[in-house]
Amino acid sequence: MKTRRVTAAVASVLALSLGAAACGGGGGNNSSGGGNAKKDAALTSIVNASSKKGGTVNLEESDVPDSLDPGNTYYGFVQNFSRLYARTLTTFKPAAGKAGLTVVPDLADSLGKASADAKTWTYHLRSGLKYQDGTPITSKDVKYAIERSNFAPEALSNGPTYFKQYLVGGDKYQGPYKDKSATGLKSIETPDDQTIVFKLNQPFADFDYLATFSQTAPVPQAKDDGAKYVQHIVSSGPYQFQSYEEGASAVLVRNKNWDPKTDPIRKAYPDKISVKFKVNAVTVDNDLLADKITADLAGTGVQPQTQPKVLTGKNAKSTDNSYAGALQYLALNVNVKPFDNVNCRKAVQYAVNKQSVLDAVGGSPKGDVASTLLPPNVNGYTKFDTYPTAGNKGDVAKAKAALKACGQPNGFSTTMTARSDRPAEVAAATAVQNSLKAVGIKVDIKQFPSGKYFSNFAGVPSYVHDHKLGILSMAWGSDWPTGYGFLEQIVDGGAIKPSGGTNLMELNDPAINKALATAIANTDAAARTKAWGDIDKMVMDNASVVPLFYRKNLLYRPASATNVTVTQAYLGMYDYLLLSSSK
Amino acid sequence: MAAYIIRRVFGALVLLLVVSAVTFGIFFLVPRLGGQTATQLATQYVGKDANPESIAAIKKNLGFDQPIYIQYWDYLKGLFVGADYKFGPDATHCSAPCFGYSFKSHIEVWPQLTQRIPVSFSLAVGAAVIWVIFGVTIGVISALRKGKPVDRISMFIALAGVSLPIFFTGQILSGLFVYQWPVWDSTDYVPFTQNPADWAWHLLLPWISLAFLFSALYARLTRAGMLETMGEDYIRTARAKGLKESVVVSKHGLRAALTPIVTIFGMDFGTLVGTAVLTETVFSLQGIGAYSIQAIRDNDLPIVMGVTLVAAFFIVFCNLIVDLVYAAIDPRVRYS
Repeated sequence: MKTRRVTAAVASVLALSLGAAACGGGGGNNSSGGGNAKKDAALTSIVNASSKKGGTVNLEESDVPDSLDPGNTYYGFVQNFSRLYARTLTTFKPAAGKAGLTVVPDLADSLGKASADAKTWTYHLRSGLKYQDGTPITSKDVKYAIERSNFAPEALSNGPTYFKQYLVGGDKYQGPYKDKSATGLKSIETPDDQTIVFKLNQPFADFDYLATFSQTAPVPQAKDDGAKYVQHIVSSGPYQFQSYEEGASAVLVRNKNWDPKTDPIRKAYPDKISVKFKVNAVTVDNDLLADKITADLAGTGVQPQTQPKVLTGKNAKSTDNSYAGALQYLALNVNVKPFDNVNCRKAVQYAVNKQSVLDAVGGSPKGDVASTLLPPNVNGYTKFDTYPTAGNKGDVAKAKAALKACGQPNGFSTTMTARSDRPAEVAAATAVQNSLKAVGIKVDIKQFPSGKYFSNFAGVPSYVHDHKLGILSMAWGSDWPTGYGFLEQIVDGGAIKPSGGTNLMELNDPAINKALATAIANTDAAARTKAWGDIDKMVMDNASVVPLFYRKNLLYRPASATNVTVTQAYLGMYDYLLLSSSK
Repeated sequence: MAAYIIRRVFGALVLLLVVSAVTFGIFFLVPRLGGQTATQLATQYVGKDANPESIAAIKKNLGFDQPIYIQYWDYLKGLFVGADYKFGPDATHCSAPCFGYSFKSHIEVWPQLTQRIPVSFSLAVGAAVIWVIFGVTIGVISALRKGKPVDRISMFIALAGVSLPIFFTGQILSGLFVYQWPVWDSTDYVPFTQNPADWAWHLLLPWISLAFLFSALYARLTRAGMLETMGEDYIRTARAKGLKESVVVSKHGLRAALTPIVTIFGMDFGTLVGTAVLTETVFSLQGIGAYSIQAIRDNDLPIVMGVTLVAAFFIVFCNLIVDLVYAAIDPRVRYS
């Protein structure tokens, strides 16, 4: 007995000392980081601004990207990062705050010139553009890049296919690997080497935003070997690949054939950019805190176990709590009873204690309570709250009144989905379940793997109806930061698909569909932006979307990081076109 | 002896074939039996934008539209004669041994494996040297000093080593010696061919983490084996003959006690080359264990198949070596 106690005591001391060492890991050699800048300084300004050339930007990522090939990626951080080696027709202005949402010409000498009906878009390339091997960049290379990235899913299947969706004849064209004709896709015309004209099948006033996609980065056809192209990407930007190891690392060095005179937006201060993939997530954070690296490439913020180290104390001033451009929400399926009744939907709107949901997922570092679909860093965001409750804690009286109006005064039972491998979503679902219980709505939570969530379960209307899935957990970030980019895929009736759909409410309101179509045809940017806010209100009036919280990232900027600013255009991560290093 | 080796090699090949068939079946046949269609299988490799055309193209390109036995036959054929794939403007030949192309990234699996095998092998070799030296030495000392403080302390440490998971010891070592008191600037892998000294220095922490666990296991095994052997009659005879104690322990005691250790070592080493997932993950080493985890997460069958076959090969190969080494260690073992 005595021996056991001694052993237990020794074990406790050992465990405590080891634990203390673990907690202190990263503390001894810490730099306070971020110079003298304050907390959240990089949200509105460029922190540690410097025009000094040289140094190496070291980036780490805990996972692997879908691809670094600009024509084969959907990841937001690759869209941001690829601008270092792949220039696009247009891009987002590397600037702090709201200015970062501005689209500026990149390869093109101006933004697109639209026809009156917004169905024809013309761009002229700057003169003197060259690839890393010194050969000239032509409009045909841009056309080819779009063809390969949108029309060859057998080889390059990762990227979005908006060009295929919006270009005339996009549904017929077989892609450049199968269709060997000289003309290629006829709805992209290249009358000369400097001009490219897009013919669309519908008015589309957001086209300049589509032109920011990495898919418009030119690819020389002679150098393209499909899926293998990622191993020898031909640069059009200020940096080129010195080395690339699939899923492991990449090193970028200066591209001597990049001419700064052709590029008014890139400063290209660092000499080198080094990226390591598949680095343990905790190691990435420790490396940030120890100032061994410049940034976490994924840009989604530090791990939960690192948060205590940066939320208070000397590290806190080096953090930036940015909006990720995404919304966590509940989709109430209007074809599953009793949510076919708007008052039953309103009951949920009033009953949900949004503050408890946010607390369950980690509190303010993880987000702000939401009342709209559009997050604050998306063009068109308008602040309003159709279903206000005190402290966002829900209103039992209003919820019960709505229940009475929907003919279910004693509440009802329904089923809610959540993704099993997303612990925060499951925690949020549990908080929702608790707050709905208070008004008599009994919720049974069913969990599904995220990999098949849309293809087999929540995104399949027949499955949802058969299993009476009334409330569906959902998170959404836009592919481009405008109201249309955000809303179209989740509230337009056309986004309801037999499987893989993302309009989980199955909302098919003719007024909303029409408002979206009208606004996207409007070439007046200000009127368009206002329209997104109006449509947001229409959806909230329909009550089928319960916004929970706008997601936020808790980013950390080490002392050596210079020219640090959060770009609102790329999911609230740091702007990699600006980022440099004093090391 | 030659006949024995040939028999064993043939058996090993059959075993690898069975392993490949079972793995293939688990990933392809089981989902089909569970009601998944070829289209549903293809959907997971299409990326975020899964439209019907993309799914159909992927289904055809990955061969999901073929019966399962033809898919398996094509896979086996690729291993021996190579295969042609079309993931771009022109078809490319994947030369033997062709483990196929990743369903996710569409790059050849074999070069990826050959790039990662040295990392996993380096990790296993260094750790093995440390754990064998420390484990066996501590085990012998504990056995010879049974019940004494040195035995108790050694066995306590051994118990701790067996009990503490690698993600704990690895994180602690890394936290202490890379960040708190930075003895190591980094533990990034440096190829042996590039700089042997850096190779060893950068791998030392992963080796120690891994060896801590295994040393503990081997110390306990050696101690048990030695205690049993040292009580045998022939040890008493050896002592009675007037042999020095060191000779009795090393030549008569340890040699006999080592036989089961060598068996376990063969298994452990072979297994470790393909499955040091935790150590590779904690220290961000790009070995085949970490690669396999990524592949399993992505349902990337060709990579899972490749890793499984490579891991199985190492286990089978190490066991074969162990069986041959038996003869040298234990004079009672002879092959005919």
